[in-house]
Amino acid sequence: MPIASIVLSTGLILVLIGIWGMLTQRNILRIIVGFTLMGTGSHLVIVAIGYVSNRTAPIIDGGLSLAEAPTRSVDPIPSALAVTAIVIGLAVTAVMLAYAIRLYQAKQTLSIDAFTDSKW
Amino acid sequence: MRRGAAIVLIAFLGVIFATIAVSYSQRSSLPELAAAYVDLVPRELGAPNVITGILLTYRAFDTLGEVAVLFMVAAGVGLLLGAGGEERDEGQAGIRRPLKETPSTEIVQNGADILVPLIAIFAAYIAMHGHLGPGGGFQGGAVMASCVLLLLLAKPDYRIKLAHLSFIESLAGLLIVAVGIAGIILASGFLDNRVLPLGEFGAFFSAGAIPVLSVLLGVKVGCELSVIIERFRA
Repeated sequence: MPIASIVLSTGLILVLIGIWGMLTQRNILRIIVGFTLMGTGSHLVIVAIGYVSNRTAPIIDGGLSLAEAPTRSVDPIPSALAVTAIVIGLAVTAVMLAYAIRLYQAKQTLSIDAFTDSKW
Repeated sequence: MRRGAAIVLIAFLGVIFATIAVSYSQRSSLPELAAAYVDLVPRELGAPNVITGILLTYRAFDTLGEVAVLFMVAAGVGLLLGAGGEERDEGQAGIRRPLKETPSTEIVQNGADILVPLIAIFAAYIAMHGHLGPGGGFQGGAVMASCVLLLLLAKPDYRIKLAHLSFIESLAGLLIVAVGIAGIILASGFLDNRVLPLGEFGAFFSAGAIPVLSVLLGVKVGCELSVIIERFRA
């Protein structure tokens, strides 16, 4: 089995687990954990898509000379995207946790069933 | 009933994902854009690490936006969790925290004493060597923030001066924009790295403004994440 497929499948399974957690869990912190799992899975998917058979990281050094770089390195764009995605994911998680703290302060519980104020 | 809907949705997505995973075949060549980046970054920008070259020059404007997002999150978390840094530093710390801080164990304290300087040096190394090897501003900043987190775990009474952090962070942000504007004047566009000489390929002082931007980014990200961590403690 090629390595990109393994990483891709792992990432997609993580995304599924994350969505499952977000849909079925009633505790806000567990929902946040589900969200971060989904984010991690999507990072794995992005990196897996960038892998090219039998190639190395796009960093020119002793193991990869300047001339052979285009024929021996993997795709650098998904890696650059993954860095962006990780930072934004961290930012979103921080805001969600801050909201979780505020919600706990308001109702003294983290169960999402207690927050029905704006439910139609 | 709700669980049933979730199962149906997950099964549906699972089928789609399985199709994707099965039909995906590993690539054997680079697409045109990626090949151009791999070729151009070392030749045109003088940076051995192609990813850093993309992040800090070709896509540096996106990176600037990302840093702005982080800044907004730090501000937003502060807004949500209340209490600006200024009045909190003014001696009323005792009133605001009636809970007695439980001191950490000796293992954590001694471990922190040894590890904090090492982690700080490692963070500086990662941020400074982003153009030569794996690493860069974001990564270095994140490691720096982990160092701050360890410090807070080991010494719960340690108070971070939020005003200082905000000042350093704003200064780093201003300098990044200043380097960008220097790119318009001296080189071919905003955040062009060729405002400084490219130097010898692979040397520490090379790749124009990329190491400078990388260090500034590391400082800025480290400060922002430290501010977020400090906000969560209160």
